[in-house]
Amino acid sequence: MSVLNVIIIGSGPAGYTAAIYAARANLAPLLFSGLEAGGQLTTTTYVENFPGFPNGIQGPELVLAMRTQAERFGTRIVDEAVTAVDFSSRPFRITAPSGNFEAKTVIIATGASARRLGLESEKALYGKGVSACATCDGFFFKGKDVIVVGGGDAAMEEANFLTRFATKVTVAVRKDTLRASKIMQDRARKNAKIEFLWNTEVAEILGVDVGHVTGVKLKDTVTGAFSEMNIGGVFAAIGHEPTTKLFTGQLELDAKGYVVTKNGTSATSIPGVFAGGDVADFRYRQAVTAAGTGCMAAIDAEKFLESGTH
Amino acid sequence: MSEVILTDATFEKEVLQASEPVLVDFWAPWCGPCRIIGPIVEKLAGEFAGKVKIGKLNVDENPASAQTYGVMSIPTLIIYKGGQVAEQLVGVQQESALREKLKSLM
Repeated sequence: MSVLNVIIIGSGPAGYTAAIYAARANLAPLLFSGLEAGGQLTTTTYVENFPGFPNGIQGPELVLAMRTQAERFGTRIVDEAVTAVDFSSRPFRITAPSGNFEAKTVIIATGASARRLGLESEKALYGKGVSACATCDGFFFKGKDVIVVGGGDAAMEEANFLTRFATKVTVAVRKDTLRASKIMQDRARKNAKIEFLWNTEVAEILGVDVGHVTGVKLKDTVTGAFSEMNIGGVFAAIGHEPTTKLFTGQLELDAKGYVVTKNGTSATSIPGVFAGGDVADFRYRQAVTAAGTGCMAAIDAEKFLESGTH
Repeated sequence: MSEVILTDATFEKEVLQASEPVLVDFWAPWCGPCRIIGPIVEKLAGEFAGKVKIGKLNVDENPASAQTYGVMSIPTLIIYKGGQVAEQLVGVQQESALREKLKSLM
């Protein structure tokens, strides 16, 4: 088995940018696109803040263009999810369904994925009224009432989007205030189809017995009282968590599970392993910052290979 | 042979009355993850030509079939065998896992 120069894990803006730079540096990178190929951009609509697209661009289109650009310079893309990594010896070892791979450097760009409510009923009704992608599934809720859980920008965006289809959108917020930015709050508050339920948590999703969502059981976070509400769809927008399960015990993660990078570079606690994008960033979490740190990771990997310390 | 473009009008004949297993990709143009799984399904259509029929159904243009099978999230893949649902998969699937699944149903 030949030892590769660099393996990139992840296929959002960070992974593809790392691949573009590594490929142009003649490092012949291998990239694993993972379970949610394309990352968070694939479930967005218009990206209006990525420089170079004055009229906005569809998220899925943007990330597919990045993939094409990475392939153009010779990146080998494997559409699989890595199942295990071993950073304890060199070369590093990566395991995927199609076999074992060895590399002198690894770039972690696994990003973050939407946090779920964590209910059994949520799992059972996934795809049956519980959706992880408002832009994909809003269409199926024409003329129905839906609930959006969360108080941040993502929740406001989903609620606004869903009013195109749903009759009424209820936003359940755990506190009595919103975390969302002023502009997103204003849009939601002005939307006549949106109603807010404050101090409210979803305790259970109803309808497991009939095979599709029929309602929710709500809990008042102040009084502890329960109530039920008839609803056709449930959308959770309660933040993201870094995709770092693979790396637990292999390198340093912070208390929230993000990969720790050193001194303003992409270097992790293991020399030769670099990280870019949301997996190492709980602060900015933008497509453009992910692309930027993905680029840093490729340049850092190239320098590391040149230094001959691997 | 490549994918069959299905419609509500052809669903009965092409899918339910087919003698071979049929995999249907329920998708829509606005769905980002559908664009990820699209090429995977297309590739498998080539590999399984003559053994498994592989079709795509645009739910925007053909809402009735999606509704009949309770599709409320896309991408959804449904594998039919003898007119019955043998497997329903929601969300993007990995190529290798999907290939194994099709082999096991042949």
